[in-house]
Amino acid sequence: MTDEKKPKRRDFLLTVTAATGAVGVGAAAWPLIDQMNPDASVKALASTEVDVSSVEPGQSITVLWRGKPVFIKRRTQEEIDIARSVDVKDLKHPEKDEDRAKNPEWLVMLGVCTHLGCVPLSDKGEYGGWFCPCHGSHYDTSGRIRKGPAPTNMEVPKYEFLNSNTIKIG
Amino acid sequence: MSDHEYTPSSKFGKWFNDRLPLLTLANHLTDYPTPKNLNYWWTFGGILTFCLITQIITGLILAMHYVAHADLAFGSVEHIMRNVNYGWLIRYVHANGASMFFLAVYIHIFRSLYYGSYKSPREMIWILGMIIYVLMMAAAFMGYVLPWGQMSFWGATVITNLFSAIPLVGESIVTWLWGGYSVDNPTLTRFFSLHYLIPFLILGLVGLHIWALHVPGNNNPIGIDLKKPSKDTVPFHPYIVIKDLFALLVFLIIFALFVFYSPNILGHADNYIEANPLVTPAHIVPEWYLLPFYAILRSVPDKLLGVIAMFSAIFVLIILPWLDTSKVRSSIFRPLYKQFYWFLVADVLILGYVGAMPAEGIYLLVARVGTAYYFIHFLVILPILGRMERPLEIPTSITDPVLGGSVEQSFAKRHKEKI
Repeated sequence: MTDEKKPKRRDFLLTVTAATGAVGVGAAAWPLIDQMNPDASVKALASTEVDVSSVEPGQSITVLWRGKPVFIKRRTQEEIDIARSVDVKDLKHPEKDEDRAKNPEWLVMLGVCTHLGCVPLSDKGEYGGWFCPCHGSHYDTSGRIRKGPAPTNMEVPKYEFLNSNTIKIG
Repeated sequence: MSDHEYTPSSKFGKWFNDRLPLLTLANHLTDYPTPKNLNYWWTFGGILTFCLITQIITGLILAMHYVAHADLAFGSVEHIMRNVNYGWLIRYVHANGASMFFLAVYIHIFRSLYYGSYKSPREMIWILGMIIYVLMMAAAFMGYVLPWGQMSFWGATVITNLFSAIPLVGESIVTWLWGGYSVDNPTLTRFFSLHYLIPFLILGLVGLHIWALHVPGNNNPIGIDLKKPSKDTVPFHPYIVIKDLFALLVFLIIFALFVFYSPNILGHADNYIEANPLVTPAHIVPEWYLLPFYAILRSVPDKLLGVIAMFSAIFVLIILPWLDTSKVRSSIFRPLYKQFYWFLVADVLILGYVGAMPAEGIYLLVARVGTAYYFIHFLVILPILGRMERPLEIPTSITDPVLGGSVEQSFAKRHKEKI
């Protein structure tokens, strides 16, 4: 009766059993949760090659990569100048155009508004770039967010020029 | 449940009831004492039960013909519309049934707000009802994705992207919800599975909702506690059953008007275009019943805060029984609350209207004012009002004011005498 606070053998067994049970339930639940993540067939479609030889300056094409649209824009000198003349400090999501478009003529980015995932319309909006019709986000000629609810610039995916006419995305 | 013991008259009935007291339950439901002054606003519980059953039956049938696959779903819906016998009718009843379900649930909720039905001792009924409401929104949203039209696809994209606003883990959660890097076939099949599940969850919760209701009994238009059974109550059957059935008939006339005369008026033309991940429709709008929340989402210029505001708009409803500090239930006896109640109704209607309009200029301004007022109503006005307001004199029974004229008249009479 005096050592009531001291854990007894029964308390120890109860704790160990409950802890083991919790780990077991967790381990059993994980496959049920993880099955909803992208499966092997979805992950296998990781890269796309695009022939861009027919794209003239000022034109832009949209290709599908991982189920999402990718904008490939061949920018005019004027558009490049506008994008590079912006003071990075004024931007909501500061990124230099030089970092977004390694080859200044080609802007490759996910055509997905970073607000809620709509596809922005090209050559629209107050900054001459893109405009998202869903909730009114304006992007500039570098795909950077300038006005509206979107939190970040449109994402630049991993891509490379295999030769002067072919881009590999992913 | 029932205060009195029930004994079946037949020998078999007694044998059965001793082993499974279903007859006791049936007797409780028929004899259940109900306030005799319940008005037609109280018939929507029955109407909602009808809506749920209708959605489950028509949904079961649609699932026999629908194919949940990104390449086949759109075609299978057209197949239902054109080839399946009465497929057009069953689909239109299901699609418009969702809208009628929400129409009824909004009336049901606003009735509770007007007559203070959410107050002690009925908080559990209210909370269960709010959980049902949230599940209804989830079911309706996922159901709208299944035809795999343009609005289906882009609605799904926008709503699932709400979760990307969560810091750090948001993107992983969205990928997990999609089962890919965009809304695609895995998203469609899991939405179909969940859309099938949720109505049965709702059915279970409706059982709990009614069980919780039968503990304290119905609130009533004058919001007073009643002795049960007494001269203030009538048995549920036949009095309330007949009244509910009559209201249901009137409701069905309106339902039928939509189904047979303008089955697409509540939908969007864009959803008759098959889903295209490369083109977003010019103007994305959710179904009408979600518009007030959509307006709240868009009225906040920050992504995370917008999402938080939208979910908070539902959350303040759940904690409403503790935000409203007034002990008086019915707004008949709350002259100030009655006015604020109608301000809230107007506010929600205005939010719904601007939610359907483009988020710019005057609409955005109105949405911001409306959003602010919505939260002020629940978080500021209701707590303060309960302390400041002087309620009118409350009758002690339903029968007394009825015999002495209407509630308001009898009050006015007594009030004059005092002066």
